[in-house]
Amino acid sequence: MDFLRPTTWADALAAKAERPEATPIQGGTDVMVEINLDKGRPAALLDLNPVAELRDWSSEDGWLRIGAGVSYTRLIDELGDRLPGLAQASRTVGSPQIRNRGTVAGNLGAASPAGDSHPPLLASDALVEAESVRGSRLIPIGEFYLGVKRNALEPDELIRAVRVPYADGPQYFSKIGTRNAMVIAVCSFAVALHPSRRGVGTGIGSAAPTPRRAPEAEEFLAGELDWDGRTAVPDETARRFGELVARAASPIDDVRGTRDYRVHALAVMARRTLGWAWTEYRGI
Amino acid sequence: MRVNVIVNGEAMTADDVWEGESLLYALRERLGLPGAKNACEQGECGSCTVYLDGIPVCACLVAIGQAEGRSVVTVEGLADGESLDEVQRAFVECGAVQCGFCTPGLIVQAHSLIASTSGVPEDAEIREALAGNLCRCTGYEKILDAVRLAAARKAAL
Ligand SMILES: Cc1cc2nc3c(=O)[nH]c(=O)nc-3n(C[C@H](O)[C@H](O)[C@H](O)COP(=O)(O)OP(=O)(O)OC[C@H]3O[C@@H](n4cnc5c(N)ncnc54)[C@H](O)[C@@H]3O)c2cc1C
Ligand code: FES
Ligand code: FES
Repeated sequence: MDFLRPTTWADALAAKAERPEATPIQGGTDVMVEINLDKGRPAALLDLNPVAELRDWSSEDGWLRIGAGVSYTRLIDELGDRLPGLAQASRTVGSPQIRNRGTVAGNLGAASPAGDSHPPLLASDALVEAESVRGSRLIPIGEFYLGVKRNALEPDELIRAVRVPYADGPQYFSKIGTRNAMVIAVCSFAVALHPSRRGVGTGIGSAAPTPRRAPEAEEFLAGELDWDGRTAVPDETARRFGELVARAASPIDDVRGTRDYRVHALAVMARRTLGWAWTEYRGI
Repeated sequence: MRVNVIVNGEAMTADDVWEGESLLYALRERLGLPGAKNACEQGECGSCTVYLDGIPVCACLVAIGQAEGRSVVTVEGLADGESLDEVQRAFVECGAVQCGFCTPGLIVQAHSLIASTSGVPEDAEIREALAGNLCRCTGYEKILDAVRLAAARKAAL
């Protein structure tokens, strides 16, 4: 096995172009588990820790550009006020030690359907900034997940940053697991209200081969909410929203939960997160 | 490959290191520091917790090459010779140790919590900070006692 240690972003891209089979390693919280448990030995590890450019975040025109090396802990501490949905999801990842090392970029690289950052990224229309020696491109988050643990990166590409718009309304995340810490989601759900364009964003985790949105549920709810009067959401509307969210999923039975449980839980989480979000929007 | 790491303030070098090896393995098997324990090797138990550049991490999930040129502090590095650190002393006094396997990781993680809070942290805060450190023996109550005692003593200084 080779260990590649580029110290600049340009060198990292050159290394990946030369050795497309090399496995990038950031926090290592997915990569090292695989190696320790001998689930596969990469031909080479491409360590991104020394690349200083990746450790920064910046903001421009209402968007945050979060470098691939920013840990969950820093995201929560430094950006939690502007990205409440992503911060809530980040708080549920693993344990403090895992959050000190793990990154959203690593979550995207792994592209597990259960990854916790995916639902809030979907709900807020994030963009993945991918780059190679050939150039840079922005991949809309909805086009990033291709299958179980498969994403839209080309073999010579690396994730430079994740771009997320500032929250323009309430955002909530909910996750089901057996305890508070250290759980892979049985299923999860994120909602974001976008009052400026009277829109609703959603993200479903761990209930389909990839994380996905619930477009019908979004459209239905956006049309029903009393954006100006801010009156309470009728029970029937919340129930229907939950139903449409559950219908967008295609879960399976596995060791963590059954298909039926996931469908039921998604509808409950959709209703609850909507309740929290609307309460916040009404300012009560 | 050769790796240079500053461990407990001392520059150390290891040769012929396998590239896929973890920092935990290198500490225990090559650098003579068996304090950090190897239990799960998948980040679940926290018994391998060490400081990497001042931040507590699971040493089993750091590739040894990622520690090149960086500073690592293990449980061995907290004591000043024979004189135990405040957190270590509190664990002994409160009976927060039974088999002791989880202890080194818990001590480093608790040390970090206490270093970053002023006063005695709330119980919920302690539980959250220690959520990634599993103990099969104590039932955690005495560990909480030890953290509160160490924090109170530090606050009184
Ligand atoms: C004990 C434990 C608990 C966990 N709990 C959770 C949890 O609750 N929720 C959750 O979602 N996940 C959890 N995880 C999984 C893991 O922590 C997350 O997926 C994390 O986001 C991975 O980030 P990382 O930086 O450590 O990635 P790494 O392990 O370094 O990399 C992960 C993948 O992404 C690729 N990659 C990394 N950086 C880049 C880049 N810049 N460009 C291209 N590809 C890249 C790597 O090649 C690899 O395929 C847990 C893991 C452990 C060990
Ligand atoms: S051995 Fe590292 S967390 Fe268990
Ligand atoms: S004292 Fe035995 S595992 Fe904690």
